[in-house]
Amino acid sequence: MSEPVILLDAGSGGRASQRLIRGLFFKFFSNPILEEMDDAARLDLSGPLAMSTDSYTVDPLEFPGGDIGSLAVHGTVNDVAMLGADPAYLSCAFIIEEGFSVALLEKLARSMAEAAAGAQVLIVTGDTKVVPRGAADKLFINTTGIGRILVSRPPQGKNARPGDAILLSGTLGDHGLTVLSSRSKLNLSPRLRSDSAPLNHMVGALLRGLKEVHVLRDPTRGGLATTLNEIAGQSGVVCVVREDSLPFTPEVLAGCALIGLDPLYLANEGKLICILPPEEAPEALEIMRRFPEGRQAAQIGVVLAPGEQYKAAPGQVILKTALGGERLLGMLEGEQLPRIC
Amino acid sequence: MTSSERDLFAALKHFSDPGLCRDLLRKLENLLRESGNSLRFMEVCGTHTVSIFRSGLRSLLPAALTHISGPGCPVCVTHDREIAACLSLAGMSGVRLATFGDLLRVPGPDGQSLKDAQARGARADVLYSPLEALSLARANPRDKVVFLGVGFETTAPAVAVALQKALELDLRNFFVLSMHKLVPPALRALLEEKESPEKAAPGSASLSIDAFILPGHVSTILGLEPYAFIADEFGKPAVVSGFSPADILQSLLLLLERKIAGKAEILNQYRLAVSARGNPRARKILLEVFTIRDALWRGLGRIPGSGLVPGEAYARFDAWKVFDPALPEARENTGCRCGLVLRGRIEPPECPLFGRACTPAHPAGPCMVSTEGGCAAHYKYNPRLSHV
Repeated sequence: MSEPVILLDAGSGGRASQRLIRGLFFKFFSNPILEEMDDAARLDLSGPLAMSTDSYTVDPLEFPGGDIGSLAVHGTVNDVAMLGADPAYLSCAFIIEEGFSVALLEKLARSMAEAAAGAQVLIVTGDTKVVPRGAADKLFINTTGIGRILVSRPPQGKNARPGDAILLSGTLGDHGLTVLSSRSKLNLSPRLRSDSAPLNHMVGALLRGLKEVHVLRDPTRGGLATTLNEIAGQSGVVCVVREDSLPFTPEVLAGCALIGLDPLYLANEGKLICILPPEEAPEALEIMRRFPEGRQAAQIGVVLAPGEQYKAAPGQVILKTALGGERLLGMLEGEQLPRIC
Repeated sequence: MTSSERDLFAALKHFSDPGLCRDLLRKLENLLRESGNSLRFMEVCGTHTVSIFRSGLRSLLPAALTHISGPGCPVCVTHDREIAACLSLAGMSGVRLATFGDLLRVPGPDGQSLKDAQARGARADVLYSPLEALSLARANPRDKVVFLGVGFETTAPAVAVALQKALELDLRNFFVLSMHKLVPPALRALLEEKESPEKAAPGSASLSIDAFILPGHVSTILGLEPYAFIADEFGKPAVVSGFSPADILQSLLLLLERKIAGKAEILNQYRLAVSARGNPRARKILLEVFTIRDALWRGLGRIPGSGLVPGEAYARFDAWKVFDPALPEARENTGCRCGLVLRGRIEPPECPLFGRACTPAHPAGPCMVSTEGGCAAHYKYNPRLSHV
């Protein structure tokens, strides 16, 4: 017998939909709020809230270190957490291409449930659509997350101040290079792994343990370089990064050198940038290093006022290279393409 | 890590060792000071360009060293008209393009690129090797798979092998649009100063380059002999160099020593990868499959004997012949000074279009097109960040 696949029927809203939702999604996501089965989830939240949404379209669906399911949880959980919030609830919407393997959908839903349990968030509402073959590429997932903001002055991109320290919670480029390598069958190192992980526990610990945190951001698409440019622009400051302080795995450095990619522009899915007053930096690093995903946390740079030390304008990021030279670390232009020679 | 990755990683670390590079820089500075000499050098290959900027080396070079970026990578010198031909192919029914990723962004006439065509429904598969295009053709017998052949002597042999395989397999739906270019003829054209006098900047009639850093990858195929004319006919030293900052600094030392001694020689600093004879087998395959003809270079124009097209035996795979894509006359692109940048007459920021009408998002000339072009490197890495 051939492998069971998702039929268009399953998106009809009728019995077939019910079977998919009850038989598959409820099995993994079960919690009292979801099981009410009303049109909307009834939540109990008050005070300042953070909310974020993201759609996940990663190709391939599974890669070393994660899959679209865990990514859809971690990505949104992390975005909510970066505003100094404790993510509590997620919605999730599936857009499934007709003919998608039921077994794979089950595997991905299980992975999503495990990721949600790890991050201690509940999936409380959802939606399933099935579209004809060719109308979507296999599977897309959208998740929205919501949670309480934990502090009165939450970290924001506009809050970086001259004199602040720039900290990074771990190695760069792991997710981006892993996905690219599995997509293109480049046969880079078998030890490459996505860093996909929830950061809300680390964020909670930082906010509880420190007096002041100015900025938290996870350097996802566009990588560290793009994220620092965004922060420098929002805050009207200049960021200076020391190349020799940046943590990388040897696999990422070797892989990037081989195919001509800059790891500073590759996506990360389990790392955060933390900008805060310099006197808070040692304590912050200690807190980050208590978490497995923060073991290689390091101070990577400082924030300067425009015109301080360098002829740089507000919004610019300068890289002090390992050789002792300096150059601009700009935004990514379009998508990073491997060079041909 | 595998052992080869470990080796690569160790080598990478070693060749960008800050201590080693500082020593080499100090030697360069001393030699420049003691001899009272200066050196204007050009690197031909975009990978060197990026290494010089990205490592921050550019900001550390002594004032008596002038760095001029050359034609860059084979993608950025792909001519407007060639891109127009690719776009024309993309619009033909049944055609499925197969290409290296970095060609997608190169603008043709009216700024249209293959990325635009792709968004409008053209089929273009991004590949990492020409042999993948063969598999694509075999797996999709109803598609006419056209591989867009760009690249210098480094890439062309792999395309030649794909053509040999296509002949062996008697494939009827595999074609190559060859836009391959050869490095030595372009260097000769630069040295011969073919540019029309009205385009030249006032007061700078001659090519102001003392020495060349020659491409490492291309030379693995060519060896040293094809560069001999640079020393013999034009009296300038040149060195085949590796790509790490330490490689480049050592190459600069070698060039400066030759300039001071008044010796024009072709040297090999990149012995790790390049032998003096190059790769005769790859060259043999290249000449078995391709024939040499004139080629259009973005920013440099038509250069005699600088291109490759499939020879007689492979004519049925030649997309130029089979599909006869339109090759429209290119409009003169107004104001772009890439020709002068490439000849070392002006620095990229001196071009009136730089950073305004010409940016990496909307490049006007070849030096801005690829991330490996000199203008793109200036724009991206801005080496003029000197301390306040």
